[in-house]
Amino acid sequence: MFFFLFNENSFFYFISFIFLISSFLVIYSINPIHSILSLILLFCSSSVFLLFFNVEFLALMFIIIYVGAISVLFLFVIMMLNIKLIEVNDNLIKYLPISLFIFLIFVFDFYLIFSNTLLNILDYNKVIYIQWINLLFKKSNIESLGILLFTDFFFIFLLSSLILFVSMIGPIVLTLITEKKNKKQNIYEQINQKYNLNLQKNA
Amino acid sequence: MLKYFFISFIIFCLSFWGIFLTRKNFLIILMSIEMMLLSINLNFIIFSLILDDIIGQLFALFVLTVAAGESAVGLALLVIYYRIKGIISIDFISSLKG
Repeated sequence: MFFFLFNENSFFYFISFIFLISSFLVIYSINPIHSILSLILLFCSSSVFLLFFNVEFLALMFIIIYVGAISVLFLFVIMMLNIKLIEVNDNLIKYLPISLFIFLIFVFDFYLIFSNTLLNILDYNKVIYIQWINLLFKKSNIESLGILLFTDFFFIFLLSSLILFVSMIGPIVLTLITEKKNKKQNIYEQINQKYNLNLQKNA
Repeated sequence: MLKYFFISFIIFCLSFWGIFLTRKNFLIILMSIEMMLLSINLNFIIFSLILDDIIGQLFALFVLTVAAGESAVGLALLVIYYRIKGIISIDFISSLKG
């Protein structure tokens, strides 16, 4: 039934079709929950796209982080805010010129990059050589990533942990409501307590 | 090999249009930023495969970290804005400046 997927080109076009449909639905759907669901479809199909290239570790990471963390966070916020349906956007024409302008800037930028440098490299890759040294020393994807991550790039690894720390502290500070019933720690009061008044004797 | 690049470029442009077209909704803008980061990630990985260099995949891992942090902070800001204003439209977001 799905034999057409085993061809490389047809599989790629199938995946890119899903990409286009789901990314259109993210932008144009009226209900935010529909756009979240199509965002999940986009993430899952991109992970399939990566599995097709034998990038196993990053494909699984895409599913774990994007679908398991980010989309669930979006769904949770939508559930908490109880937003009504958004009205149909009427300013479609109003922002069209500036978006078209910036779009053209991006297209021009990519054209410059491709025409100068990268097309030469891409032409070389049309000839596929058998690289025997890869067959001799074969390492899995996660193994080679881990070797790089913990030796040469350990400082960037620490910096990314700092980013996660800031993004944990920031929402807590932003969304905390200070009231009297919140339990707070007063260190000065704790140190100055007299222990013989507060300790209880064992009977 | 060029077609693998173009699909992620098309996703990037669509999310860019999403930021400009759906200016009513703050949630859709955050989702479009997520889509932009996804397409950038795909670009990194595809070029790491083309150029036979694993540092692109390593960098995609860090972009993934930034995406998670960005969505958390952005949704916290959204919750604050909804608590103050009662709407999530960003037409009047310039009233937040001190």
